[in-house]
Amino acid sequence: MSSICIYFQVHQPRRIKRFRIFDIGKEEDYFEDDSDTNLNNKKIIEKVASKCYIPTNYLLLNLLNKYPDFKVSFSFSGLVLEQLKEYSPKALSSFQDLVATKKVELLSETYYHSLSFLFSEEEFKSQVVLHKNIIKKFFDVTPKVFRNTELIYNNDLAKLVEKMGYKGILAEGADNILGWKSPNFIYKPKDADIALLLKNYRLSDDIAFRFSEKSWKEYPLTAEKFASWINAVNGNGEVINLFMDYETFGEHQWEDTGIFKFLEKLPSEILKHPDNDFVTPSEAIKRYKPKDELDIQEFISWADVERDLSAWLSNSMQKDAIDKLYSLREKVMNSKNESLIRDWRLLTASDHFYYMCTKWFADGDVHKYFNPYDTPYDAFRYFMNVFTDLKLRVNKKQ
Amino acid sequence: MKVLMFGWEFPPHNSGGLGVACQGLAKALGQYADLIFVLPKKLDIKPNGKFKLISADIENISLKFINSTLIPYITSEKYYGLNRNKKLVYGQTLFEEVERYAELAGEIAKKENFDIIHAHDWLSFGAGISAKKASGKPFVAHIHATEIDRTGGNINKQIYEKEKEGLEYADRIISVSEFTKNILLNHYQIHPEKIEVVHNGIDLANYNLSVNTDLGLKKLKSLGFKIVLFVGRITIMKGPDYFVRAAQKVLKYNPKTLFVMVGSGDMEGQIIDQVADLGISDKFFFTGFLRGADLSKAFKAADLFVMPSISEPFGLTALESLIHKTPAIVSKQSGVSEVLNQVMKVDFWDTDEMADKILSVLKYKSLHKEMSKNGEKEASFCSWESAAQKCITIYNRLVINH
Repeated sequence: MSSICIYFQVHQPRRIKRFRIFDIGKEEDYFEDDSDTNLNNKKIIEKVASKCYIPTNYLLLNLLNKYPDFKVSFSFSGLVLEQLKEYSPKALSSFQDLVATKKVELLSETYYHSLSFLFSEEEFKSQVVLHKNIIKKFFDVTPKVFRNTELIYNNDLAKLVEKMGYKGILAEGADNILGWKSPNFIYKPKDADIALLLKNYRLSDDIAFRFSEKSWKEYPLTAEKFASWINAVNGNGEVINLFMDYETFGEHQWEDTGIFKFLEKLPSEILKHPDNDFVTPSEAIKRYKPKDELDIQEFISWADVERDLSAWLSNSMQKDAIDKLYSLREKVMNSKNESLIRDWRLLTASDHFYYMCTKWFADGDVHKYFNPYDTPYDAFRYFMNVFTDLKLRVNKKQ
Repeated sequence: MKVLMFGWEFPPHNSGGLGVACQGLAKALGQYADLIFVLPKKLDIKPNGKFKLISADIENISLKFINSTLIPYITSEKYYGLNRNKKLVYGQTLFEEVERYAELAGEIAKKENFDIIHAHDWLSFGAGISAKKASGKPFVAHIHATEIDRTGGNINKQIYEKEKEGLEYADRIISVSEFTKNILLNHYQIHPEKIEVVHNGIDLANYNLSVNTDLGLKKLKSLGFKIVLFVGRITIMKGPDYFVRAAQKVLKYNPKTLFVMVGSGDMEGQIIDQVADLGISDKFFFTGFLRGADLSKAFKAADLFVMPSISEPFGLTALESLIHKTPAIVSKQSGVSEVLNQVMKVDFWDTDEMADKILSVLKYKSLHKEMSKNGEKEASFCSWESAAQKCITIYNRLVINH
């Protein structure tokens, strides 16, 4: 028996606008870019909603209705949900329609898609609660399984998340932690009683990254071919975790690549094999027992070839920016000023630090594709200018 | 492969990037081809130790000289100016000199044995054409700068015609950037398929990177001043006036900034007046033209290099700055911006943006550190070897089809 567990990540940050040094101290807003560039958050939400969220949701709703055994799960950041409410209510209600089928599980994460676990346990817990609240409000459900920002994970996180009452947690099935072990089983973290689900990154990335890659020897990828790879796992694994960004459909892989047709045929092709079925993370945890214990001390993630923290925290700008940000936290919280706390938290989004990444020579192209700024240097200076402004505001309140 | 190359100037007898580029390319090409490098003027490179040193540095190149009164990389305006002021004694006009160079080039071509002709910029194009006429061998015209760049569009028609003639007569054109290729397409009506882009490189061996920072500047820095550097001819093409306008904006926000302008040129007086009119003379230093260790000292002392060129076919100074670990802001209207990611880029006219970027690099230490580290690494990958290899490919294709 092989169960396929699909989870889609849905997230959009509030990108910082071109905030100049000259703007510091002038009561400018930070995120309300109204230009024609990719810093205009409203424009981006509208674009992604029309290219990806709305058409893919429509397709998924049909598939969920058509195939009783088909199931998926989502993790939304709070940031994307509030922006959908503001800029694309139609997309939000189409997500609500999916959840209403009761065949869609929602996962827990930090509201601000932040790196808070690495810097402040208190902040981390607060952001998870904020997320829980918005999920309850928008979808009337409460998540039981946790996934941290960009699948950042280690033993300590598993322990904390277990204490917070979650039954399961997701992580990257990185080669360096698995060794000869297979990602296609449930594991147990060292010293924590919580189920660990690992992303099968080969099969996931075949869809998310390689689908339209013409130089790939498997191009073009059909649902039939993909199902045959799934079938090949049968007998050697219990749960195949396909984790990917939801924007894969229609945004990273454009419609003309045939990605929607692929998705449309995927459930029926997979269900052709009588031993296959679909599960949500909670169902997988109930059905399968942990195969082994995994001891993961160093942080892993699903980003870049390194699958570590280097996408956000490898250069001196990134470290400088995030250290300064978290060193201001106490003052911000003590101010009890909602607008200060809100702006500070908006700056905790991991994306701001990702945009500052300078690893051009290996994964540079991916970073460049996802970077709305001309250079990582520009990303850094706008962040720091905004931070400096925020700090001025905080100090004034004292 | 035997190459007959016509150049214009050669370090240390150079006034700008052309000579440096010719030397870099010649040195690298010498590894892959038999290269005869022809210069127009015998007197310019004195047959003394200095000259021997250069020829010794460059393997497999023999330097040849034509006795001509040309001085390198001079604008025709300045040339006429010099004539009028009788600071230099010229009996002929610039164009007569070009003709003379061409005539002698034809003679050389009859004597030498070679497969391909390669000429740099318009003053050598006549030589390239004559050599082709005399030998029937294919001619590659290499464009380092056009009259459009040099004059900001206010062209000397006669020079423009000479450039166009060479470009049309050439079997193949090498342009130093996509930026310059576009100028050739739009202003010279050259067919795009005739043009190959070969970006310049940098030869680290030409620089003494271990020089100490100038003592005076060191003292100023210890008082908390930051130094922003301009290096280039002070002429319209290089955008010195935009540098001054950005400086004024920077100083309003951060008065502890000093602006050092290295170079000389026809706009020097105008720029000094502009700085005085804005009341910021105390924050500006004009060093005149620097080379060698003095230039390295300036690069090393600077916290930031700015290249605000209006029209820059390549922009070697940006690479020079980076190898000295000094971060750079370069105008988007430059060839070098096509090969560099680890710099900040700005439209030359957007002095608000330029000022903001300058202030950021001076204000945030970690930004300066990253740009310095990554910029140095990136610039060191810009080698003449890959440029030379591209030239060889171009030669091979021409010779086979010839």
